[in-house]
Amino acid sequence: MISIAFRRSRALRPTCPIASAAAIRAPGRQRFVWTFIVLFAALWLAFASRLGWAALTIEIIGGGERQIPVAIAPLAGEAGLEQRISEIVAADLARSGLFRMIDPGGITPMPVEPGEVRYGDWSARGAEALVIGAVTPAANGRFELRFRLMDVLKQSQLAGFSYSISNAQVRNTAHRIADIIYEKLLGVPGAFATRITYVVKQGTRFELQVADADGHGAQTVVASNEPIISPAWSPEGNRIAYVSFEQRKPIVYVQTLSSGQRRVLANFRGSNSSPAWSPDGRRLAVVLTRDGNSQIYSIDAEGGGISRLSNSASIDTEPNFSPDGQSILFTSDRGGSPQIYRMPASGGAVERLTFDGTYNVSPRYSPDGKSFVYVQRNGGRFSLILQELGTRQVIPLTEGAMDESPSFAPNGRMVMYASIQRGRGILAAVSNDGRIKQRLTVQAGDVREPAWGPMQKGF
Amino acid sequence: MRRILLSALLVSLLAACASKDVKDEGAPVEDRKPAAVTAPPPPATTTPPQKTTPPVVKQIETRPAVANPLKDPGNILSKRSVFFDFDSTAVKDEFKPVVSAHAKFLTDNRGRRMVIQGNTDERGSREYNLALGQRRADSVKKMMMLLGATDAQIETVSFGEEKPRSAGGDESAWSQNRRADIVYDGE
Repeated sequence: MISIAFRRSRALRPTCPIASAAAIRAPGRQRFVWTFIVLFAALWLAFASRLGWAALTIEIIGGGERQIPVAIAPLAGEAGLEQRISEIVAADLARSGLFRMIDPGGITPMPVEPGEVRYGDWSARGAEALVIGAVTPAANGRFELRFRLMDVLKQSQLAGFSYSISNAQVRNTAHRIADIIYEKLLGVPGAFATRITYVVKQGTRFELQVADADGHGAQTVVASNEPIISPAWSPEGNRIAYVSFEQRKPIVYVQTLSSGQRRVLANFRGSNSSPAWSPDGRRLAVVLTRDGNSQIYSIDAEGGGISRLSNSASIDTEPNFSPDGQSILFTSDRGGSPQIYRMPASGGAVERLTFDGTYNVSPRYSPDGKSFVYVQRNGGRFSLILQELGTRQVIPLTEGAMDESPSFAPNGRMVMYASIQRGRGILAAVSNDGRIKQRLTVQAGDVREPAWGPMQKGF
Repeated sequence: MRRILLSALLVSLLAACASKDVKDEGAPVEDRKPAAVTAPPPPATTTPPQKTTPPVVKQIETRPAVANPLKDPGNILSKRSVFFDFDSTAVKDEFKPVVSAHAKFLTDNRGRRMVIQGNTDERGSREYNLALGQRRADSVKKMMMLLGATDAQIETVSFGEEKPRSAGGDESAWSQNRRADIVYDGE
């Protein structure tokens, strides 16, 4: 039903260099105004839906203070693939805002093996790292792909891998290569080979979609004429819990992505919402009103085994498990205004974590559990704040007017969120220091409720 | 096939680029109110001759028809919405007669059930708004129970900010969206 077409990335050609960032520090505030905007418009995805064409575009605003200069040589023989690996890798790295892409054009012959690299060519262009490799056809329509990451300054190999892949695995393999380069050069795993989910609203139609983290390959998980909110990935990335209003009340469903099968997780008297998976995937925290006010309960992922976790006469909602499964962050107005609290994952003593302002909501733990992001209302504006749990220090991440629904990338380096641009819902992402920003927009309709999926395991 | 898709995409891409700068006209506002003013014109094309339709059999009411008080525009029970102030779940004085009338209806008709649907404006967290909408519905329910309705007769649910009555982004729209709606069983 959905046809997908790609346009190859051309953004990294010399006509469109990624400019280096120059940051101006606003006095007295931890915010940066970026002096340039890079339009990174080459990643397009389109699919024919019954309501016309929709496309996800990614645009980068800002960049890291220091961007590592990397050259990605075209891989020998990659023209035989449906898409060029080197272009997908370069697009991923550039999109992170942490790398400066060095144009490999004009170097002949293009090196394929380490022994063919004339390091002087690359250091003269400012490259500190170089990616080389080749693609060769193999049996059964498969390809053998080899790549190496070379340290230009030390003239040594940093990483080298070979893969046997089909054309259908080209994009995912390229994202995995980008993840390796990211990790070797930055010391933290990349999150390019991951997926995101979000809700698209077109007219009166709502679709829960899943796409690659770069916006490619969007597929509809469920479509409805009633709202869908609060999608949450299972820790293995094979199921999504969400809230649907199709039965004239909020009900929590769990759907398996591979089969499309879904079942009701929570449909009690009153409202059922805000699903959050425990890190072991065995149970979910949900918000129910079956006993009166909105309270947090635990429910087995297979249904049943329900127990109440929070116990207040106030609103307790938006639960989120710590990565170690020991604690739950949540929003409560027990103190008179909505604030972020923490409690043991089995319920019990509650500790308040936010005190600044009268509206702090939607907490989400970072993947290392050392900090959390939340939404703060300040003078009618909603923006994202990061709080370090150890020091209680806060870092403003965004300064939007309507930023909401934050979700960490599984490597903890970016936070995706929903925002409004010219009256339309868009997705955006910001680095965990607030310096790098990306925008994802669809051509038609509103996008909201993003959730970044976990790291993928295996092919 | 790929080539067609690719060229179609390129066309849409060019269209998107070309229209990039003229997008500031604001989103079209859906307005469905005038739909009923003019009768739809007769179909332009003639329809093929229809087969004779079977007669529709209807039972004749023996009792004199009593107007459904819940639907009668002259009856206060046809009023189904309670509106709230910003950040408030208190039922305002002007809506107390409506709430009382429905409470009395439930008291007089123990077999009837209703759902109260709470709603909020669009600002803030969707899930927190869901909880606030729930509290508005509960606030109406609590008042009805004080006036004689029973817990079993009323289910409260929330739509949060998800089903706005008015699509605008200003106070006049928001005030329409901060409300609780009463829906009886079978409606």
